[in-house]
Amino acid sequence: MANVNLRDVRKIYNQTQVIHGVNVDIDDGEFVVLVGPSGCGKSTLLRMIAGLEEISDGHVHIGSTIVNDMSPKDRDIAMVFQSYALYPHMTVAQNMGFSLQMRGSAKAEIRTEVEKAAKILNLEPLLERYPRQLSGGQRQRVAMGRAIVRNPQVFLFDEPLSNLDAKLRVIMRGEIKALHQRLGSTMVYVTHDQIEAMTMADKIVVMRDGFVEQVGSPLALYDRPANLFVAGFIGSPGMNFLSGRYAGGAVWIGDVSLPVSNPPASASEGRQVIYGIRPENLAIADDGGLPLVVEVIEPTGAETHVVGHISGQRVIGVFRERFATRPGDVLRVKFDPQKVHLFDQQSEQRIN
Amino acid sequence: MSAIESRTTMSAPMQSTSKLGTRLKRIALHAAVLLFCLVWFTPVLSLFVTTFRSESDSSQTGWWHAFVEWRPVLSNYVEAMYLTGVGRSIVNSIVLTVPTVLGTVLFSAIGAFALARMRFRGRIALFLAMVGFQVLPPQLVLVPMLKFFLALGLTGTFIPVWIIEMGLTVPFGIFLLYGFFASIPSDLVEAARIDGASEPRIFFQIILPLSGAVLASLAILQFMIAWNHLLIPLIFLGSGSLSPLTVQVASLAQTNAGGLNTLTAATFISVIVPLVLIVTLQKYFVRGVLGGAVKG
Amino acid sequence: MSSQILQLVLGLLALPAVVLAVILPGELAIRRFPQKRQSTLRPWIWLSPVLALVGLVIAYPLAASIIFSFRDATASTWVGFSNFAWAFGSAMRPVLFNNVLWIVVFPVLTAVLALSAAIMLDRVKYERVARTFLILPTAMSFVAGAVIWKMMYTYEPPMQPQTGTLNAIWTALTGKMPIAWLIDRGVNNYALIFVAVWMSIGVATLILSAGVKNIPRELVEAARIDGAGEWAIFRFVTLPSLWPTILVVLTTQAIFSLKVFDIVYVMTNGSFGTDVIANRMYTELFVKQNLGTASAIAVLLLILASPVIFMNIKQIKSGGGE
Repeated sequence: MANVNLRDVRKIYNQTQVIHGVNVDIDDGEFVVLVGPSGCGKSTLLRMIAGLEEISDGHVHIGSTIVNDMSPKDRDIAMVFQSYALYPHMTVAQNMGFSLQMRGSAKAEIRTEVEKAAKILNLEPLLERYPRQLSGGQRQRVAMGRAIVRNPQVFLFDEPLSNLDAKLRVIMRGEIKALHQRLGSTMVYVTHDQIEAMTMADKIVVMRDGFVEQVGSPLALYDRPANLFVAGFIGSPGMNFLSGRYAGGAVWIGDVSLPVSNPPASASEGRQVIYGIRPENLAIADDGGLPLVVEVIEPTGAETHVVGHISGQRVIGVFRERFATRPGDVLRVKFDPQKVHLFDQQSEQRIN
Repeated sequence: MSAIESRTTMSAPMQSTSKLGTRLKRIALHAAVLLFCLVWFTPVLSLFVTTFRSESDSSQTGWWHAFVEWRPVLSNYVEAMYLTGVGRSIVNSIVLTVPTVLGTVLFSAIGAFALARMRFRGRIALFLAMVGFQVLPPQLVLVPMLKFFLALGLTGTFIPVWIIEMGLTVPFGIFLLYGFFASIPSDLVEAARIDGASEPRIFFQIILPLSGAVLASLAILQFMIAWNHLLIPLIFLGSGSLSPLTVQVASLAQTNAGGLNTLTAATFISVIVPLVLIVTLQKYFVRGVLGGAVKG
Repeated sequence: MSSQILQLVLGLLALPAVVLAVILPGELAIRRFPQKRQSTLRPWIWLSPVLALVGLVIAYPLAASIIFSFRDATASTWVGFSNFAWAFGSAMRPVLFNNVLWIVVFPVLTAVLALSAAIMLDRVKYERVARTFLILPTAMSFVAGAVIWKMMYTYEPPMQPQTGTLNAIWTALTGKMPIAWLIDRGVNNYALIFVAVWMSIGVATLILSAGVKNIPRELVEAARIDGAGEWAIFRFVTLPSLWPTILVVLTTQAIFSLKVFDIVYVMTNGSFGTDVIANRMYTELFVKQNLGTASAIAVLLLILASPVIFMNIKQIKSGGGE
């Protein structure tokens, strides 16, 4: 087990820089999720930690060693691939034991290690099968078993659940998390799915276009997104953004004023800002409130999602109540002024 | 349901006339296919039947008389095996072909592995050169190769034939294997790399075991090429004691030694191995032919 | 005999040994270098056995043949273009003419027959069995094919019983004189070409069959709904979709007809006006012992084949192979 530290890591493909000086510290035993839209560089970063991509500049430390020039096999890591990458011509047991075989371990030792890992993952009845005889979820577990057998310092996961159907994904999510708690190893997990990131991570690294946008715990990211991108990326349905002008402790859209009880630090009078409020921070107003013109109503059973607009700007609200509203109706709503996020319109950075 | 039924009944008279037309077309189609097969198989059949006919029968009547009067003899095979040296040529053909096939598969596999799975300058150019070399007329290599192996004193051994047959087919072999190797998911190779496998191990334990079928295709194609070639063994092994079946049969045919029926027996012996292979391993043969065709 | 077995064992051991003896020590040697250096050196280690082989058997002879073609019979003195002048001279003209005949007739006949076979076979349930009959000749050597067809073409004088299959059918059907298929200059080249067609149709049919099966069913069905008959479907759907595949078959067979040797060598050895370039080259090399003219013929073959070589390269480059 070990910590992983990225120091000003860069990746340059044919003169195009795709990773721009990334710094991330992953503590020993931490579960870190790299998340971002496709093409943000998260997989490239993971592959650089694995040693599958050359590091153009900067340093990657695993434990106390700089591993830049080490081959993957010497970095003491294990990786679970999106496609699982199980060797089709080997049985489950052979797949899981391959790394130990490469290390020259004794047959009996390989057998014990494989059986130990198989027990953790309930793979015992499948050990003599071939990958083609397994279901998607079983293959996924074998891929994890192969990683466990290595007993690596760091586990790397590259979108391991994206080939599974929605239901299985939720189950496997729990299994991976349980595995982490059981083994206590350092794990780095790449996904484009923010729900996976939120539910699994100790620490999330949000990336975009080769830059790290924000690093923090899931709830810190949720509660205090550092910029507009992170605010929009984390949470579903996404945060509402309304653009207006900050004046006198409120944000004005035309003559409608939006309340802010956690105002920006510096003098921001007259500044053009983005007012962010999460859909669940809307509530039905008993009197007064803002007029939400309803367009679509989506009852999910547990909640009611209402899509509409306020002063011409699109707003989604999530309410615990059920109510009979129809498109065209005007709903009076209020925003929780404690939960307001303000961003500068120009820099898109948080200002409150 | 009822709508569909009524429609079928309504169109019934119309259908029966078009049915007759379709039927006639079908019969014509089957007849044409059968005729095609018959024309293509008759020569093979004529060879087979003639090998069992006596010299005197063959000089008086065509082979089809065997179906009228069936008087099979085995003397042609006995004569071919023991008097004309065909028995010895079987051994020579095996000695010529088997190492050629093994070498071709091995050399093509390492070349295709490097071209398909490694990135380096000149990769595309080398691959295109392989495409071009496939089409080169083999006659081109004869003179320089003959001088080269004469100088080394290796003519009269099988070594030059192995090397030349390999060299002529390896560009095709690389082309055939390249496509398959390139299609192996790179995750698999990377997983093996993380598991601690070195490049030779990845090649021998991951790539080769996954490529059984395509390697078999290359092997069967090269087996047929090498087994059936005439020109190269003719030049490098001569028509003496080292001659393989093709050379032996060709010299029997040209000199007329032993007579027609012995020749047919010798010929049949020379084709039986590839014939059995192409019928039993047709799947691999077809795969090799299709994989190797330059697609338009 | 024991020497042959010895050589067999030697070959089976030595060939893999050569490969391993290059790759394993090579991999060990580059292990000392950093990762990046390793990955630039590695391809050349793996390629070196292939490069040596192809260099020796193809690249070197290619260069040497070109040089020899400008030298005299023993490759000792320069003779300029005189070998080529001879190659295009009156001695070679009928031979070249025969090859032109091969290049035109053989690919077209093969392609037409193979295409009809592919389309017909696609519509019958016993396709695999029927296909096997067409492939059988492909498995045989051209020598065997030549022997078989020498029998098929057997000529007996008129009034004698015809023992050759073709003349038996011919005389029975038409009542005319038997034909000396391999001697009669009006037909003998075509008789030889047909042997090649008989032997080549298997592979051509396989390739075209795959092409036919690749035509999307919806395309044919759409045409049928649009009111196209069988012929119109063939003319406007099948043929245009298959054209690239047909071109592959045509060029492959054209190259083959440049190289054709075995059939002519065994059946006529070039007499009665049936000689072809490759057989002539064999004669020049081994009967007349003339390295210069033999090499000039080889270079001529290369020049004739080069359009197809470049066409293939272009096709691969534009995306066929990558």
